[in-house]
Amino acid sequence: MRGYKLTLLAASAGSLMLAAAAPGLAADKDDKKKEESAAVKAARDFNKDPYPSTYRPYPSHPTLITNATVFDGAGKRIDRGVVLIRDGKIAAVAGSLADLDVPADAVRIDGTGKFVTPGIIDAHSHLGDYPSPGVDAHSDGNEMTNPTTPNVWAEHSVWPQDPGFSRAMANGGVTSLLVLPGSGNLMGGRGVVLKNVPSRTMQGMKYPGAPYSLKMACGENPKRVYGAKGRAPSTRMGNLAVNRETWIKASEYRAKRKAGKLESRDLAMETLAGVLDGEILVQNHCYRADEMAIVLDMGKEFGYKVSTFHHAVEAYKIGDLLAAAGTCSAIWADWWGFKMEAYDGIPENAGLLYKAGACVVIHSDDENGIQRLPQEAAKAQGDARRIGIDAPDAEVIRWLTLNPAKAIGIDKLTGSLEAGKAGDVVLWNGNPLSVYSRPEKVWVDGALLFDSADRKRRAVSDFELGQPGEGDVK
Amino acid sequence: MSARRVNAALAALLACTAAPALAQTVAITGGKVVIGDGSDPIEGGTVLVQDGKVVAAGRNVAVPAGVRTIDASGKWVTPGLVVAVTDIGLYDVGAVDDSNDSDARKSPFSAGLDLSYAINPDAQHIKVSRSGGVTRAAIAPLGTNAIFGGQGAVIDLGADPDPVMIPRAFQYVELGETGAARAGGSRVAAWAELHDGLIEARELSLSPGGVRRDDVRLTRRDAQALIPVVTGNQPLYVHVERAADIRMVLGLKKEFPLIRLVIVGATEGWMVAGELARSGVPVLATPLNDLPASFEQLGATQSNVGRMKAGGVKVALGAFFDQPRYAPQYAGNMVALSRVPGASGMTWNQAFAAISSGPAEAMGLGDRIGSLRPGRAGDVVIWDGDPLELQTGVSRVFIDGVEQPLSDHQTRLRDRYAKSPSEGSLPKAYDW
Repeated sequence: MRGYKLTLLAASAGSLMLAAAAPGLAADKDDKKKEESAAVKAARDFNKDPYPSTYRPYPSHPTLITNATVFDGAGKRIDRGVVLIRDGKIAAVAGSLADLDVPADAVRIDGTGKFVTPGIIDAHSHLGDYPSPGVDAHSDGNEMTNPTTPNVWAEHSVWPQDPGFSRAMANGGVTSLLVLPGSGNLMGGRGVVLKNVPSRTMQGMKYPGAPYSLKMACGENPKRVYGAKGRAPSTRMGNLAVNRETWIKASEYRAKRKAGKLESRDLAMETLAGVLDGEILVQNHCYRADEMAIVLDMGKEFGYKVSTFHHAVEAYKIGDLLAAAGTCSAIWADWWGFKMEAYDGIPENAGLLYKAGACVVIHSDDENGIQRLPQEAAKAQGDARRIGIDAPDAEVIRWLTLNPAKAIGIDKLTGSLEAGKAGDVVLWNGNPLSVYSRPEKVWVDGALLFDSADRKRRAVSDFELGQPGEGDVK
Repeated sequence: MSARRVNAALAALLACTAAPALAQTVAITGGKVVIGDGSDPIEGGTVLVQDGKVVAAGRNVAVPAGVRTIDASGKWVTPGLVVAVTDIGLYDVGAVDDSNDSDARKSPFSAGLDLSYAINPDAQHIKVSRSGGVTRAAIAPLGTNAIFGGQGAVIDLGADPDPVMIPRAFQYVELGETGAARAGGSRVAAWAELHDGLIEARELSLSPGGVRRDDVRLTRRDAQALIPVVTGNQPLYVHVERAADIRMVLGLKKEFPLIRLVIVGATEGWMVAGELARSGVPVLATPLNDLPASFEQLGATQSNVGRMKAGGVKVALGAFFDQPRYAPQYAGNMVALSRVPGASGMTWNQAFAAISSGPAEAMGLGDRIGSLRPGRAGDVVIWDGDPLELQTGVSRVFIDGVEQPLSDHQTRLRDRYAKSPSEGSLPKAYDW
């Protein structure tokens, strides 16, 4: 109903514009011009950040980890390495202490036998939008009332009290995540990058400086949802048609806006124009290889780039096309066969993409999977190795850190242990690619927010207070 | 032709058609042998399988002359994994309804539905699970219009036409939120339905040809199916998560003392570990649940299984409705938890047992499957490393002593695209 109303309103605004340009109304022309320019200004110079991040790094001590095996997230491994976190940032990563200027009051941690990685990044999460407990009243991730809803923003559904955030940190070492709308719609809305820090408000988690993403979806979901309602799209060709018609409108909207001819704001079009301007990244849920190839061409047709295909179980069939397009594939290791378009999933997907020189991201799309992203990557590593593709540990860690950071547009800020980047760091009690390892300590912007040895350094959401197992080890 | 040559010819023919070779005597030597009963792995051990059964496994096993020998040096040798419960073999693609037999909500029957009729040994999910080292599984439940999920089957995952090891091996019942929803919207209704059904079955068992009361909810077929449950001849698997629900289930024994209970799920099992241990009721626990996914799982913690184990509960890992081949990963996580301060997990030996002999014993089949102790089925898996570690893969699988094919839809796709994703001198479709 809401979508229908918006359509009507847009139509009447259009007829007003026509009326204004019609002859016989010349007397009002000057006044109208002034009015128009105010309206045009409002439509063009709108506030692009009306729900700004209020996140500030928590207080931190300079921290020095020595003698650890360091995976820097960018493909490098340093044995018996040293990591210095200072003022909330990575200050240095080195093979020895010799050249480091270590503050006298630094907390020193002996990392012998332990491993250090950048904070793990999940490029595909619904935490907060589909929080635990998963009751109907919490189902806030899919605005399935219209096949294109670029006007909705996932951040407006995020429940910061979702206990899933704390599990993702404690068991998965996750420090940043992209929360996306679901895949019921062709254009599901804007996704938001969050810092995985407990907060009373969504704004308190919002990653400062991170770009927005637009969630799109191919294939079975949109055509099933809307076909069942007796409306478009009900087929894959319908999916494309509705997408293209919407991109045409967005192109026109953007051209009008540039030409100063827009009289009113349109939330949906603002998002799509943001994509065409290169300010908003496209995250496209897509399983089948043939559909991904079509979507890449749709991007060319309208002048945008697909940042990442999500799920992409058939990406291995078109590793060459994906490498050439510079599009990442955010995938599971081996989840497969649950729906028709997932029938050709193979455990070597990541390995074959890696071999083709394409960008591999291991994602979760799941409140449990997000706790075990390194485990998923390690399974993919083993499956690759058995067909002769050797992805070293340090490269595999990149699939969970710098590559997802790139896929969601925060690779200049975090995702690798590079001097000046955020002090988002995980100390693991063993190789994170082993099933036997878990996070020991997790820092976000240099602040220690999880410590397995300190039961008070463990987040407990409002929802969990007074419940069985409050503050339990989880 | 001598019998031996006939056998050889037959074996060659079977190999050509990708069917398994016949059960044979085989000795697997030199590997790190895991018996699966919680004992320490044995370096350089031998596993001897004869006529489909394990004859011996350990260090000083004499291999009879002329026996086929497989060198497993540098590898691990374990019993096949046992997964209880799961639903593989009931569908090809979960979300393709036409291919999916796991939902019978429009049927008038419930408890009397026999799952063994629907098991398809050629389903890709069976093949992929087999390639992951899973050799036996308890299959259940069906979605029905009642709390009863039907009579579950125990299957082997062998590449042969006969997957069902034990049909009607157990009855499955939902008693938590799912059961409440099916019974009419309340746990109260679910318990009334269960109680009514069991009473009806008891009456029917005492007077098989008698006239039934006219107010019973169950069909005759369903009521008859519950007779072996009340007489203790067929275990009753009960899915519950909440501590209070587990207590209620344990209380069933007071009125129906012969019932053989198995609890499935048990997210809050740690909160009633003492009662579970005293009852002796086995638990097939979903591992790693640590979120309050529902209001019956508020106490969820990954330490659930470890705490139950430490408390003396007969607990194994189970209820894998995602992918049975994830069993080793789940078990490995139990070991990981034992290294986390304040958490409870398992030793490696306990963790492996929790996906082999543990579920077999919970199913009442510990003397037939789930370990490499003498007399158990010749279900053996050779791994290229520590079976619980993530990078490890399966090298060979034997079921009932028969070496299994490890090819499936996934491996064929892999082989087609492994060399290069792009088309060659002919389209990809010609590469097979």
